[in-house]
Amino acid sequence: MPEQIEPITPREISVNDVPFAQVEQNGPKGFFDQLKGFWVTFATMFKKVNTVQYPEVKEPTAERFHGRHQLNRHEDGLEKCIGCELCAWACPADAILVEGDNNTEENRMSPGERYGKVYQINYLRCIFCGLCIEACPTRALTMTNEYELADDTREKLIFEKGDLLAPLTQGMLMPPHPMYPGMDDSNYYRGEVKGSHPSQDINK
Amino acid sequence: MKSTAELIGADPGWIILVKAALVFIVCVVLTIMSVWGERRIVARMQQRVGPNRVGKFGLIQALADGVKLALKEDLIPAAADKVVFILAPIISATTCFMAFAVIPMTGEVSLFGQTTAMQLTDIPVGVLYVLAIASVGVYGIVLAGWASGSTYPLLGGLRSSAQVISYEIAMGLSLVTVFIYSGSMSTSDIVAAQGKWWYAVVLFPSFVIYCIAMVGETNRAPFDLAEAEGELVGGFHTEYSSLKFALFFLAEYVNIIAVSALATTLFLGGYHAIPGFGFTESWLGGWFTLFWFFLKVLFFFFIFVWLRGTLPRLRYDQFMQFGWKVLIPVSILWILVVATLRLLSMQGAPRFVIVGFAVGVVIIIMAINILFENAKNKKKNSPVAESAIPSFAVPELPSHVSSINVSQKGGDHA
Repeated sequence: MPEQIEPITPREISVNDVPFAQVEQNGPKGFFDQLKGFWVTFATMFKKVNTVQYPEVKEPTAERFHGRHQLNRHEDGLEKCIGCELCAWACPADAILVEGDNNTEENRMSPGERYGKVYQINYLRCIFCGLCIEACPTRALTMTNEYELADDTREKLIFEKGDLLAPLTQGMLMPPHPMYPGMDDSNYYRGEVKGSHPSQDINK
Repeated sequence: MKSTAELIGADPGWIILVKAALVFIVCVVLTIMSVWGERRIVARMQQRVGPNRVGKFGLIQALADGVKLALKEDLIPAAADKVVFILAPIISATTCFMAFAVIPMTGEVSLFGQTTAMQLTDIPVGVLYVLAIASVGVYGIVLAGWASGSTYPLLGGLRSSAQVISYEIAMGLSLVTVFIYSGSMSTSDIVAAQGKWWYAVVLFPSFVIYCIAMVGETNRAPFDLAEAEGELVGGFHTEYSSLKFALFFLAEYVNIIAVSALATTLFLGGYHAIPGFGFTESWLGGWFTLFWFFLKVLFFFFIFVWLRGTLPRLRYDQFMQFGWKVLIPVSILWILVVATLRLLSMQGAPRFVIVGFAVGVVIIIMAINILFENAKNKKKNSPVAESAIPSFAVPELPSHVSSINVSQKGGDHA
């Protein structure tokens, strides 16, 4: 037998017991009160304007502003993205397309088994909600503060993996290359790889 | 020294042509600059910058807008009365320029070796001519509204005609006292009669009434009911595009300049310098008076912009009530007072009679005001009769309704 739900007890003061609010009628204001408005507009003329002269002057955005996405790298240059598609599944606007592929010894893009082979974000659909960033298990996907994303064709607004990948910084090697010697993928995720090792540079 | 009328009367034909061209150029350039100026000033009043991209400080923004308008597609609605539809903006744009013909812009100056004054023509009924031209200009708006074959333009046109007729009465009445004092309807004579005191000081109530009426007359905020975009889309010019719309736009601004110029001429001493700067009038061979004239016109233009930046649009019935029940009666009373004073002084009545009459008028006005306020306070403070049963049908209050039965058991869960 289902549990009996307690009957709703009437509140101590019901809405209907409250008398109608006495609206105070101030009536028309005096003549000089009405002139105050003129002073407001006149004085505003000499205030500093709020306008930012945008293309010439760019004000920094808020620190956590949701701008263009970026696919980050580990410290030795391997990609963080593991091609899991969680971002694509999290996306409410269906703006992300991911196709994963297996890493091999000859072609290693990320530590571990898988990497993102195809990664597209459609900025005509993206609503910059950031759910993809919350979904990403490796912090591969984050958002930058870049907001100048306007363009003139639909094709240009579908960003490919190459457009989204973070640039290589000091100590990074362009993948594909092998993992840091003596480190496995869990070491990578714990951030224990602090840079590249000479043996990783296969082009040398 | 010859009067301005004689001076202008002696003009050869080519000087008249040059002056006509100058008047036209001044009007168009002033319009373009004032559109820019208005947008900049209103922007500053809203803590914005305003147009600042086209040219230095955005100075040629209005010109660029004009070119853009001219290059747009010119639509004539299928339901429109084609001839009248085309005629309407032409009427509006031509009449607004004509008012400028009688405005004296400088004193005696030398133009290409000819001694003349910067005033196209001087007719004995100059001010009446301006009023008449302004009324013809309304035809442009009314016909535009009617010929569009559309509802909102028609409403806008009707509003506009009612508005201009109402405020023209107040405007005309406010000018009567100027005629009484100066003894002339010629613009140049009125300017000359203000050598000592501006009529804005002597006839202050008339000045105030004229200033209010000229805003109503030009369909400007807060009296821009004819093109109330929140109510009537665009008002009378909803169906207009391209150059025809540009003509209405031009007409509106030239009208503003024209009524400002008339106010300058009739109340602020026209082209004369402001008190204390009389010595500047002879600078540049008299041409410096042009500076004073435009300074005063631009002062009025600033007032127009200020009003637009400050006041919300009036409701239509309040607007009409203000015109008919306040402005017109007050102007008529003021004319009576001024006419009596003028007659007394012209017939050489002793000073104490004149002063006594003025004091008497002030006392009567104050007494009426006190009585009015008392009546208002009495009405306000009298307790409202609490009738238990109103004479009209009233729905029962929700607290008494017993038939509404909210389930107290939380629904059926069985």
